[in-house]
Amino acid sequence: MTGLHPSDEDLVLHFYEEAREGAAIGDHLASCADCRRRFEAWQVTLEAVVDEPLPEKGPHYEAAVWARLQPRLGRPGRAHPWARFGRPLILSGALAAALAAAFWAGRTLAPRSVPGPPLTASARERILLLAVGDHLERSRLVLLDVVNADPHAPFNLSSQRSAAGQLVAASRLYRQTAQRAGEVGVASFLEDLERILVEIADGPDRLSPPEAGALQQRIERQGMLFKIRVIGTQVEGGERLRPDHQRGRVDADL
Amino acid sequence: MDEDDDVVARVRAGDQEGFRILVERHSRSVFRLAYRMTRNELDAEDVVQESFLRAYRRLEQFEARANFGSWLYRITANCALDLLRSRRRRERDEQPSLGGAEGEGKDPLAPDPAPDRLAMSAEVRRRVTAAMARMSTKERSAFVLRHFEGMSIAEIGRALQLDEGATKQSIFRAVRKLRVVLAPAAGVQP
Repeated sequence: MTGLHPSDEDLVLHFYEEAREGAAIGDHLASCADCRRRFEAWQVTLEAVVDEPLPEKGPHYEAAVWARLQPRLGRPGRAHPWARFGRPLILSGALAAALAAAFWAGRTLAPRSVPGPPLTASARERILLLAVGDHLERSRLVLLDVVNADPHAPFNLSSQRSAAGQLVAASRLYRQTAQRAGEVGVASFLEDLERILVEIADGPDRLSPPEAGALQQRIERQGMLFKIRVIGTQVEGGERLRPDHQRGRVDADL
Repeated sequence: MDEDDDVVARVRAGDQEGFRILVERHSRSVFRLAYRMTRNELDAEDVVQESFLRAYRRLEQFEARANFGSWLYRITANCALDLLRSRRRRERDEQPSLGGAEGEGKDPLAPDPAPDRLAMSAEVRRRVTAAMARMSTKERSAFVLRHFEGMSIAEIGRALQLDEGATKQSIFRAVRKLRVVLAPAAGVQP
C-alpha cells in the first residue's frame, strides 16, 4: 500500500491474505467506504470461482498409474534409455540371431516330456519367426478388442487382461533381446507394446467409459496397431523369402 | 507406515518397488493439480506420468529434509506448464464453448441469473473456463496454484521460477481477466 489507499493488486492479495501490509489494509478498509466497496467487488469475483468438479477416478487409479509408469523406470536417478520410434522397424539378421538364441535358451531349459529329433538352424529360425509373428498377432488381437470397444459403455476386459498377462513375459524377453542386439527402434516399439500390455494386465476387470476411452486413445496415439502390422509384415516377409526347395527341406526336417 | 523420506531412501538404495508407494500416495493429488492446470483429463494423465517419471529420475536431487509432496508438486506444476506451452493450440480447440456453440451466436457476456445464485451456476463455470482460456500459461498456473491449491506466493514463485513481484503480477492479471468476464453476472464494474 504505497499511497493512502490500497491498489487493486493490494486488494486482491489481501483477499488471499498475501498482502505485505495486511494489517494496515484491514484497518483502512474498516474506515474507508470507497476502498471497502472496491475490495468487495474483487471479493465477489473471486468467491464466484469455485473448484471445478474433478473427473472421477476409480478405486484402482493408483494401480493403473503405477502399471503405466513402472515399465518406463530405469535405475533411480538415471535416465531410462527411452528410444523414440523413429527408426525403421526391421528385424535385422543380428537381431534375428539374438532372438533365436534367447528363444531357444528358454526352450532348452524347459523340461521336455518327449525327446525329439535335433532341429536344423533353418528350422529353428522358422519356428522363431512363427513364434514372434504369433506373439505380435496375439498382441494385435488384444489391442483390437480394446480399440473396438464401445467408449460410451463400461468395458469388461477380463479375458483381455488374461491374454495380456501371458503376452507380457514374452514381450519382455523379445525387448531385452532387441536391446542387447542394439536394435533401438525395435526395442522401443516392444517397450511401448509391453507398457500397454502391462497396463491392461494389471488394471481392473472393468473399465469405466472414461478409462476405456483414455486407454483407446493411448493405443491410437502411439500407433501401436500400425507398428505391429509393420513388424508383422517383416516377420512374414522373412519366411516368404525362403526359396521353395529350402522350404521343403525345412518341412522335412520338422 | 514409512514416511516419504524413508521410502525415498529405499528407492535411492535400489528398491524400485518403493517408488510404487510414493506413486500410490501422491497420484490423486498430482492428478488434481494437473487437471486444474490443464483442464483436460487426458492431458492431466500425461502430466501425472511425466511428473512421476521426472521425480524418479531426479531423486538424487531431492533433499532429505524437504517435503516430498511439495517437491513433487513443483515438478507437476512445471510438467503442466510444459504441456500447456506445447499443446496450446489443442487446448484452445478443446475449450468448451459457452452455451454449446460459439457459432450459435450466444454472447458469452450476456446477463446472468441473479447474483445470489452466482457461485453455483453452470454459466459461471463456463465463464470462468472462458476467462482462463484467455490467460497466459503463467497467469493460469499462478492463479490455479494460489486459488485452488492454496500455495503461498513464495511457493508459487519457486514452482514457476518467478520472483515475488512477477508472481503477484501474474495472479493479479489472471484475476483481472476473470473479473472482466464475470462482471456482468456479478453486478460489479469490469
